[in-house]
Amino acid sequence: MKALCWNAKNDVRVETVPDPKILNPRDAILKITTTAICGSDLHLLDGYIPTMKPGDILGHEFMGEVVELGSEVKNLAKGDRVVVPFNIACGNCWYCKKKLWSCCDNSNPSPDLAETLYGGPPSALFGYSHMFGGYAGGQAQYVRVPFADVGPIKVPDGLPDEKVIFLTDIFPTGYMAVENCNVQKGDTIAIWGAGPVGQFAARSAFLLGAEQVVVMDDVPERLQLARDAGATTVDISQEYVHDKLMDLTAGRGPDGCVDCVGLEAHGATLDHWYDMAKVKIGLATDRTHALRQTINSVRKGGTVSIPGVYGGFLDKFPLGAAFAKGVTFKMGQTHTHNYLKPLLDRVQNGEIDPSFVITHTLPLDQAPHGYEIFRAKKDNCIKIVLKPD
Amino acid sequence: MSTIQDTVRGYLRSNDSAVKGDKNVGETERLISAAAGTLLLKLGLHHRGLSGLAGIGLGAALIKRGYSGQCDLYQYLGVSATQPASPKSYFDHGIHVKSAVTVDKPADELYAFWRKFENLPRFMGHLKSVTVLDDKTSRWVANGPMNSDVQWTAEIINDVPGELIAWRSLAGAQVDNAGSVRFLAAPGGRGTEVRVNLDYIPPGRSVGKWVAKLFGEEPSQQIHQDLRKFKQLMETGVVATINGQSKGSKLD
Ligand SMILES: NC(=O)c1ccc[n+]([C@@H]2O[C@H](COP(=O)([O-])OP(=O)(O)OC[C@H]3O[C@@H](n4cnc5c(N)ncnc54)[C@H](O)[C@@H]3O)[C@@H](O)[C@H]2O)c1
Ligand SMILES: [Zn+2]
Ligand SMILES: [Zn+2]
Repeated sequence: MKALCWNAKNDVRVETVPDPKILNPRDAILKITTTAICGSDLHLLDGYIPTMKPGDILGHEFMGEVVELGSEVKNLAKGDRVVVPFNIACGNCWYCKKKLWSCCDNSNPSPDLAETLYGGPPSALFGYSHMFGGYAGGQAQYVRVPFADVGPIKVPDGLPDEKVIFLTDIFPTGYMAVENCNVQKGDTIAIWGAGPVGQFAARSAFLLGAEQVVVMDDVPERLQLARDAGATTVDISQEYVHDKLMDLTAGRGPDGCVDCVGLEAHGATLDHWYDMAKVKIGLATDRTHALRQTINSVRKGGTVSIPGVYGGFLDKFPLGAAFAKGVTFKMGQTHTHNYLKPLLDRVQNGEIDPSFVITHTLPLDQAPHGYEIFRAKKDNCIKIVLKPD
Repeated sequence: MSTIQDTVRGYLRSNDSAVKGDKNVGETERLISAAAGTLLLKLGLHHRGLSGLAGIGLGAALIKRGYSGQCDLYQYLGVSATQPASPKSYFDHGIHVKSAVTVDKPADELYAFWRKFENLPRFMGHLKSVTVLDDKTSRWVANGPMNSDVQWTAEIINDVPGELIAWRSLAGAQVDNAGSVRFLAAPGGRGTEVRVNLDYIPPGRSVGKWVAKLFGEEPSQQIHQDLRKFKQLMETGVVATINGQSKGSKLD
């Protein structure tokens, strides 16, 4: 089959690789009909996530048709059309039973790495480094899905792939990030990053009853897409974010601040160049410009929610401000499994059409080009879906 | 819990004044009996009529008193000095490793799976096979260095259904070893705490490299990984793997 392989930092290629096989009785094999490139994949391309190996197949947002089933998978049948959450979870461990799917104890076959680095192994993810299990991802024609009796959800034939593919990751991710802010009547939710995750966070904030949604970025077409949803936008290259947010909330500060940027934030202020220099010489690993702003802007007793990915160590982290204001932090990989059904219902009810975010549809062969334009935000690119054929 | 040596020295230090008054107990003897006591502690060694816990209590008592009667000790151990590796040699030359994992299943189920020793190679990376010979004894084959096999016969020295199993290799083992596994209820319905203690005596008594190679990169890491696989098997019925999956040609 054809698959997108990570060979080195800044080197991803479509190669011919062996077809996946059932390796465990709880596995399934899917023929992929639609897959997507995520902002998280850019962190891999840019070499920010450790423990990648040359030849690793990328991709954690995918859906398709069941073509083969392990003997223990009783809830699916060949031919079923399914969407698969990007986290792999066993459904049996204490964490899965508590619905903390991204903390699953059993899905990660190489937990030692994360245990050493982080003091505890997270669940495995598709196509996201060996620290997260090293599973082959779904930017490919076929994929092996472990614990297929737990993750995949069947989707009705009436709904096109484009409307349901983002249940795999970015819709639940944006949704959970805002849910973590515990939205109350009258709340303002401020969102850093108008990438795909930020877009879904903005729409989810309205679905969850926010009074006002403010979105920060410096990419005009992305800000426009957020305004289309009813959000107020702040161009970070033109305005002082903190001042603007204080003005929009008459000095209160946003009730919830959501960092949909992650460890590759760019910025125009001094602290950003300081971060860049530190990362370059290896004294820090993550650039935290956006995260600093969330802490500075959030109201006293408010919530900072972090769906944006961080991988290592932070520098100049304003913990004093967070402490003084009594801030609540919520973060982590999304517990995607919790949101498949409820958000599918919202799609079916017509409350949201997730395909709004797609700007490009490319054949799998052109995935490397897709990575390039998505990273550079060329050609007004916001979200790319790939068709393996 | 610390290693045998630490436990013993700690006890000896804490009981120093009491021990000093006892002219009949020499330093070496105290060490020996304390070591035996510690071994009893760890294995929860089971003398006729004593429960596992009583065995543990006995171990503690032996350490505390620095008791010197070797015959008594061997009687408790149920062996003669010429037979399997003695507590003293475990103390002097052994490597002690331990690990624990919490498994979200009832103790009885976990005990039953472990007690069928044939199951052990399903989660113990270095084991090739275990063949049960009778009620008490079994034949173990492990991967040795340079594709060799390392074999021994083991006997069960303590067995409390649903609670604990302890075993040790018999005389003639290529690698003397003893181990125990305990199954304890975890708090608040978190399942069962599975605690394993293992002791090895490397051949030639050269502690270190050889055994490290024999049982994987590092014995304590190995047992930790084995327990995690045990947990996976018990909770999910499978061991998570990527061996044999698709990958690009550049992958080593
Ligand atoms: N937690 C999860 O489970 C999860 C799931 C999916 C994605 N993510 C993460 O979410 C983040 C966003 O993903 P995406 O697909 O939207 O990526 P993306 O790269 O398309 O979007 C990031 C956006 O942030 C903007 N940005 C950069 N610096 C900024 C700053 N200082 N202030 C405001 N905006 C800034 C960029 O211009 C860009 O539009 C990534 O870190 C990704 O890894 C996390
Ligand atoms: Zn993603
Ligand atoms: Zn689990």
